[in-house]
Amino acid sequence: MSQQKQASAKHHVAGYAFSLVLTFVALFVALYTSLPASVKLIGIVVLAILQMVVQLIYFMHVTEGSKIYQLLSLGYGIFVAIVVVAGSIWIMLYNTMTQ
Amino acid sequence: MDLFDMKMPDQLIVWGNPLINGAWISIILVTLGIVFVLTKYKKWRWLWDEWLTTVDHKKIGIMYIVSALLMLFRGGVDALLMRIQLALPNLEFLDAQHYNEIFTTHGTVMIIFMAMPFLIGLMNVAVPLQIGARDVAFPTLNAISFWLFFAGALLFNLSFVIGGSPDAGWTNYVPLAGEELTPGIGINYYLWGLQISGIGTLATGINFLVTILKMRAPGMTLMRMPMFTWSTLITSVIIVFAFPVLTVALALLTFDRLLGAHFFTIDGGGMPMMWANLFWIWGHPEVYIVILPAFGIFSEVISTFARKRLFGYSAMVVSIVAISALSFLVWVHHFFTMGNGPWINSVFSITTMAIAIPTGVKVFNWLFTMYKGRIEFTTPMLWSLAFIPNFIIGGVTGVMLASAPADYQYHNSYFLISHFHYVLIGGTVFGCLAGLYYWWPKMFGFKINERISKWAFWVFVIGFNMTFIPMYLVGLKGMPRRIYTYREGLGWTGLNFIETVGTFVMGAGFVLLVWAIIYSIRHAKRDYESDPWNGRTLEWAIASPPPHYNFARVPRITGQDPLWRAKKKGETIFEEKTPLKPIHMPNHTGIPAVMAGFWFVAGFGFVFEWIPVGLAGILGVLLCMMWRSLTDYHDHHEVPVTELRDAAAEEIKNAGGRSARGVVNDG
Ligand code: HEM
Ligand SMILES: [Cu+2]
Repeated sequence: MSQQKQASAKHHVAGYAFSLVLTFVALFVALYTSLPASVKLIGIVVLAILQMVVQLIYFMHVTEGSKIYQLLSLGYGIFVAIVVVAGSIWIMLYNTMTQ
Repeated sequence: MDLFDMKMPDQLIVWGNPLINGAWISIILVTLGIVFVLTKYKKWRWLWDEWLTTVDHKKIGIMYIVSALLMLFRGGVDALLMRIQLALPNLEFLDAQHYNEIFTTHGTVMIIFMAMPFLIGLMNVAVPLQIGARDVAFPTLNAISFWLFFAGALLFNLSFVIGGSPDAGWTNYVPLAGEELTPGIGINYYLWGLQISGIGTLATGINFLVTILKMRAPGMTLMRMPMFTWSTLITSVIIVFAFPVLTVALALLTFDRLLGAHFFTIDGGGMPMMWANLFWIWGHPEVYIVILPAFGIFSEVISTFARKRLFGYSAMVVSIVAISALSFLVWVHHFFTMGNGPWINSVFSITTMAIAIPTGVKVFNWLFTMYKGRIEFTTPMLWSLAFIPNFIIGGVTGVMLASAPADYQYHNSYFLISHFHYVLIGGTVFGCLAGLYYWWPKMFGFKINERISKWAFWVFVIGFNMTFIPMYLVGLKGMPRRIYTYREGLGWTGLNFIETVGTFVMGAGFVLLVWAIIYSIRHAKRDYESDPWNGRTLEWAIASPPPHYNFARVPRITGQDPLWRAKKKGETIFEEKTPLKPIHMPNHTGIPAVMAGFWFVAGFGFVFEWIPVGLAGILGVLLCMMWRSLTDYHDHHEVPVTELRDAAAEEIKNAGGRSARGVVNDG
């Protein structure tokens, strides 16, 4: 195996380990702790954001390549994420049938 | 849930209904026929080497298109069955359950397994050629995409003969689609068929995004790209951001059904409406995924056959970019009536109406492209011309639906059904057919017979309007969608009868179309002309069909419509003097087809909730991935210079300064 291939394999394995850890911590917090629901929720959201960062750095090469493409795609991604999450919360919270 | 509890559904092999028995018999006969022909003419090896293991984007494109035409036939038969049942009041041709299954499979097949694969097939054929690339960015991944689509489609289509079809509509709303109200395996077919093919589509989105951003020939700046390439780029962006939502939604519902989770059930604190919400967060972008490429095709065809440069190129680009963002901001218009607060409905009404603006801009651009052009009425141009008025009818009624209070009247009536058929048939299907006719000579070296095709066109378009204009009217008279029968005296009978006749006319149009293709395959003169339409873009500068490496010399681009410029100004886009160099091309590989086979096994196992079978399939998939990652460093070969000489000469002949026929007032 060449030097470069080895380095990239290490990088990937590290990323994989991080993402697994984050997943299991989330599972643990949700299932096996007796924190109040709101604290659990915040904890999971924070873990999710960390998970996103891990994916971007270790698998999606966010630190390499053309800056402008990275910015555009990150920007678009954040736009869609906000629309989906905030939009869904808005819609589900203010439903006249549940009030 | 017991891991090894391999329970049997009520009816594993569906048998008894004469329609289904007929389907069984024809499936068996056709399969035997194919096996017989392949064996008799010793074509198995050829099938494996040339098609099943290919990573050539042009061949993958052809396989997509053939599959899509088969799915158009299957979805079309579903449509005919529904229309027979509704032709007159109180018919008993189909019972309620069978009718539910058929409208579900019709919708799913048409959108997921017909429209998208057809367009992706045309993208595969044309986009790399249009940007001067030798293949897509990830050729093996491209083959994986195709085979995942194929596995998903096969799985979904098996449902009606093995185990029973899904029956909760293509939107698959819970709670109806939940385990409690619809036990059994039908819905699982929906979940796994869409999941498997959806992963393939996501990979296609990534592949074309990277291909277009990274593999353009020198000089092919973004603002010089042909409009079909632009629309493919934007479609890919939408795919990349929308499909993960579908993947997640399907996975959550699978957890609910298979593992007893409660994401979408009221008990256990789930939210049924969340399914509708997630479905349409994907679903509305999805309708733009199937219309934008069609817009791109019309742009190419109209500019080619009006012999004019596309009017308002940059306005077109701005419009599709705007649509890509807007398409994520309108999804609530599909469930205005689910009790949203007034602010929510108002905001989404306005965003929905706003999306009509860029769409309108595009319509004007096509009209101005034709203005003072020398229009040639070829079949692809006829489909494009018919698109404009038909699509406008669909678009205008869309804006009517966008008004939330009015939608309380229209929603889930036949008015809505007619809206989306006008945009999907008048837009997407017409676009697919225009593209098929337009690029057919590039794929195969001859044109489809124009005389029969024009008959097919007229019969189809007349049948289409005869079917769907009455649907608007009967919708306004209050006929709801998804009912399997109705009583007399509601004022619906006459209109329904006309619709059914219209559907048969459309079916006749489809038969004529297939006849035109078969006739041309048997009789059309193979002239292998590179540039049969007097085209403007790069794909017409190389041989028909193109060599597997596409371009012997990579072209150099100096402006929009590079071939047209070359023909008109006597410029050259292929440098005759640069020496030919050997070309690196990817090897054929069987991994994609084998891996999709394992996906199929996994899907089948999980559909029947036979967990060991499902896990075995997943294990196979993982092994394929490992095999691939251990072999992917030596899967290239070189095309030697000696093999490139003829192709290079052909390129020079086409685009090395020959003057064009019939050049008119072009800017
Ligand atoms: C001018 C732009 C458009 C507007 C304003 C618009 C508006 C709407 C609205 C408000 C609905 C929901 C109506 C209801 O459920 O009561 C709807 C449904 C639908 N539209 Fe459009 N639309 C437009 C273009 C398109 C295009 C281009 C396509 C696809 C090619 C499309 C496909 C659909 C489909 C498939 C449905 C219904 C799905 C279902 O409920 O099964 N629309 N449209
Ligand atoms: Cu929509």
